[in-house]
Amino acid sequence: MAEESATDRPQTQTQTFDRLVIRFAGDSGDGMQLAGSRFTDASALFGNDLATLPSYPAEIRAPAGTLPGVSSFQVQIADYDILTAGDEPDCLVAMNPAALKKNLKDLRDGGTLIINTDAFDERNLAKAGFESNPLEDGSLDSYRVIKVPMDELTTEAVRETGVTGRDVLRSKNFFALGLMAWLFGRPTQPTLDWIEKKFSRKPEVAAANAAAFKAGYNFGETTEATKVTFEVKPATLPAGTYTNITGNIALAWGLVAAAQKAGLPLFYGTYPITPASDILHELSRHKNFGVRTLQAEDEIAGIGTAIGAAFAGCLAVTGSSGPGIALKSEAISLAFMLELPLVVVNVQRGGPSTGLPTKPEQSDLLFSLYGRHGESPVPVLAIASPSDAFDMAIEAARIAIKYMTPVLLLSDNYIANGSEPWKLPNVDEIPPIPVKFAKHPNGPDGKFLPYMRDFDTFARPWAVPGTPGLEHRVGGLEKEAVTGNVSYDPANHQLMVDSRAWKVANIANDIPEVEVEGDQDADLLVLGWGSTYGPNRAAARRARLEGVKVATAHLRYLNPLPRNLGDVLRRFPKILIPELNTGQLLKHIRSEYLVDAVGLNKVMGEPFKVAEITDKILEMKK
Amino acid sequence: MTLSYTRADFQTDQEVRWCPGCGDYTILASVQQFLARLGRPREQFVFVSGIGCSSRFPYYMNTYGMHSIHGRAPAIATGIAVTRPDLSVWVVTGDGDALSIGGNHLIHALRRNVNIKILLFNNQIYGLTKGQYSPTSELGKTTKSSPFGTIDHPFNPVSLALGAEATFVARTLDMDREHTQMVLQKAYEHEGAAFIEIYQNCNVFNDKAFIQLTGKEERVHNRINLEHGKPIVFDEGKKAVVLRDGQAVIVDSNSVDPGAILVHDETRPDPSVAFALSRLSHGPYGPTPLGVFRNVSRPTYDAEMNRQLEEARAQRGPGDLSKLIRSLGTWTVDEGGEITEG
Ligand SMILES: Cc1ncc(C[n+]2csc(CCOP(=O)(O)OP(=O)(O)O)c2C)c(N)n1
Ligand code: SF4
Ligand SMILES: [Mg+2]
Repeated sequence: MAEESATDRPQTQTQTFDRLVIRFAGDSGDGMQLAGSRFTDASALFGNDLATLPSYPAEIRAPAGTLPGVSSFQVQIADYDILTAGDEPDCLVAMNPAALKKNLKDLRDGGTLIINTDAFDERNLAKAGFESNPLEDGSLDSYRVIKVPMDELTTEAVRETGVTGRDVLRSKNFFALGLMAWLFGRPTQPTLDWIEKKFSRKPEVAAANAAAFKAGYNFGETTEATKVTFEVKPATLPAGTYTNITGNIALAWGLVAAAQKAGLPLFYGTYPITPASDILHELSRHKNFGVRTLQAEDEIAGIGTAIGAAFAGCLAVTGSSGPGIALKSEAISLAFMLELPLVVVNVQRGGPSTGLPTKPEQSDLLFSLYGRHGESPVPVLAIASPSDAFDMAIEAARIAIKYMTPVLLLSDNYIANGSEPWKLPNVDEIPPIPVKFAKHPNGPDGKFLPYMRDFDTFARPWAVPGTPGLEHRVGGLEKEAVTGNVSYDPANHQLMVDSRAWKVANIANDIPEVEVEGDQDADLLVLGWGSTYGPNRAAARRARLEGVKVATAHLRYLNPLPRNLGDVLRRFPKILIPELNTGQLLKHIRSEYLVDAVGLNKVMGEPFKVAEITDKILEMKK
Repeated sequence: MTLSYTRADFQTDQEVRWCPGCGDYTILASVQQFLARLGRPREQFVFVSGIGCSSRFPYYMNTYGMHSIHGRAPAIATGIAVTRPDLSVWVVTGDGDALSIGGNHLIHALRRNVNIKILLFNNQIYGLTKGQYSPTSELGKTTKSSPFGTIDHPFNPVSLALGAEATFVARTLDMDREHTQMVLQKAYEHEGAAFIEIYQNCNVFNDKAFIQLTGKEERVHNRINLEHGKPIVFDEGKKAVVLRDGQAVIVDSNSVDPGAILVHDETRPDPSVAFALSRLSHGPYGPTPLGVFRNVSRPTYDAEMNRQLEEARAQRGPGDLSKLIRSLGTWTVDEGGEITEG
């Protein structure tokens, strides 16, 4: 992978790679998320393709220096279009012993370690559970170790800037970032500009951060901290304007876009929960778009307010994670019965119960498909990657409005907090979402018939309060077809259950067919949904490098499933379904299509490593 | 726009299915009559209910309506009220619906002062599920689910609403249509959340629960009518209410100086006196205040939410989607692969 070349940097050699994985790790208070995201932005401006994956502790302020307090940020940079944030870091920044302890096992053999030696005192070593100092006992001999007294050098660097006391060492992350900028040949100006803008109200902090950043860079250059520096050439990304986006932000923006395209006010009723809260935070900032956010007393009230807003004529959305979605279950069935448009976002995390609240998992699929009382086959959509959240939010709204139904939109913590470059769409080209509010009675005798279905979509009319002549009542009791009056008639119940199910099943004719990518003539198909999109395709690519033929397909629609899925599955003798659960799509696919698919499953609070899937593919090809 | 309506304009073609003699009929008639009198276009009304006998109410109102799920009506009504300030939004709920399963939503709707009018039909029993005790059933009550008597201390709904800092709190009685409509009118005029407890007779599972307030003999002695600006006297003037150490107490009128009799002021900013009045009775078992306990003004949640939207628009202009998606910083790759910031 590496290609050595001399550069203008004196005495150092630059190795060129097609991709590299870098991980910043430190104490929660060390600012590693910030350092990582600055490194990412500089890399984006440099022209690399990239993907990121942050990892935070569940505790807000775990005791400093301990293993539970370690926070990390991983980014993969590449000169081609990569699909994941990478399996194992090539370079690890460890700001203290706990960060080293927790992350070293992931570092590639022979990888580069940048260590803040000042943090390796006896107390910190003990807190991290080291019996001897790894800097001295030879346990790091198989890595390229760059030892830097960062506390001391940062203190020195910020001396003239006016910061004092605890603020001095706050700039440490910028020192590390500066050193990394040198090591990886990142441009420095964007970071310096960013510092100036970000801390414009605290000029002494801006000065300290800039000084620390430059000191880190100069430390690399002048001391020749290592004989080897790294380079990843820019990727050839398609022309266009890009931003680096996380799934939660893209989802929030997608909802704003959907509301504009539908010409409806957006309403988001919710209750805070990790990892969905950032959607609320983002939406609550955009009041000038007419976005109303309501932080309710609980998740049931969150969806309750959204159902009210839907009845009142808004694009209504509620969002949560597993435990909160469980609380909403009864109300989702109500919305299904009322036949009102509603988007329900589930940013999945490790469960059951509080589980692993800051880690990704895909374990709510069967719950989404089947987890309600009564016959309530709600449409279920799943986001594939951070930027895909924008499109899928619009799609969920389109289906909800067109078919007058709640729609479940699945994300997960990997998508929500991971990021990738997103080629910005021309917003004028996003198709409008037609909304037809009922304005006039639709019955023969001038009566309004709230459950008279549209001939094509089977949707009922949306008549909002305030419209004269269309006063009507909806409710959870079974309705008589057409009139919507309460009905306990057995045949009517059969008809209504069938009608609601048929309405949703028919959406299959209005969604794209599933596409098979890769080797069309392969005998193995890797089928995925949600955030396994990147790892699955990356694994298939690697397997192809090993000379095997493999195809991939990805499901963004879980209910209804794409209409051609049965035909696709039957083309492949072998089907592999990797999932971050114990086999939920696998069960569903086997029962729907009677195919002998095989699962690759893990629930370890982390995304798949590409190698794990590649290995499984190779094993199945034997 | 004032329209001339009759009660019939607010009736639907659906057969009303409460038990014959149920207090719900009377309340329905009062509300229909009241709305007809208001003359506001009926499409501007929305009635949202939970689950229970009382919650069937919207089906019989020729307005917009939603019969929702158990306990959640205040939340749903909140969603309507905050997005549509042009509507008049009403909640119909029962003592189980509002105070048991939906207790949380009730107190938060009151605390936020959302512009919704909440009618709590208190029959002190679970009607629809056929006669279990409710959070307002008297201690020791024998019901299907409490054959040895309840051991649950009941809520006083008016005290609860005052504790939740409701800006409008009242109590009325199904049988007294005139009083009911007087209270409805005041609630309607109030800007913000209005809470009305309506004593409602369930003649099947808890008959005569309110006999002390409805019986010809009894009501004379027990109805304490709260009237704004008037001294609180009852029982044909024989009894009066005074404040002692912050507590409301009933005394013989002639045992106190007339100046010492508490003059009812529903607009007192501090809810303590209203709360003291609510403690005069722990249920309809003896002298019990009826009328408006509290009627004060505080910014409403919906108006505040919409104010923030207006201000944001005034300051930042209407939302520009294209700018929004560029707001986190961008870079541009041109056809030649050249990259520039922005
Ligand atoms: C989630 C849920 N739990 C329980 C019920 C059953 N249920 C229906 S009404 C009711 C109590 C109703 O009592 P109340 O609110 O006092 O109304 P009433 O019938 O007395 O008017 C119960 C427990 C339900 N419908 N939904
Ligand atoms: S059970 Fe009681 S509350 Fe319900 S309809 Fe009959 S009388 Fe009325
Ligand atoms: Mg009751």
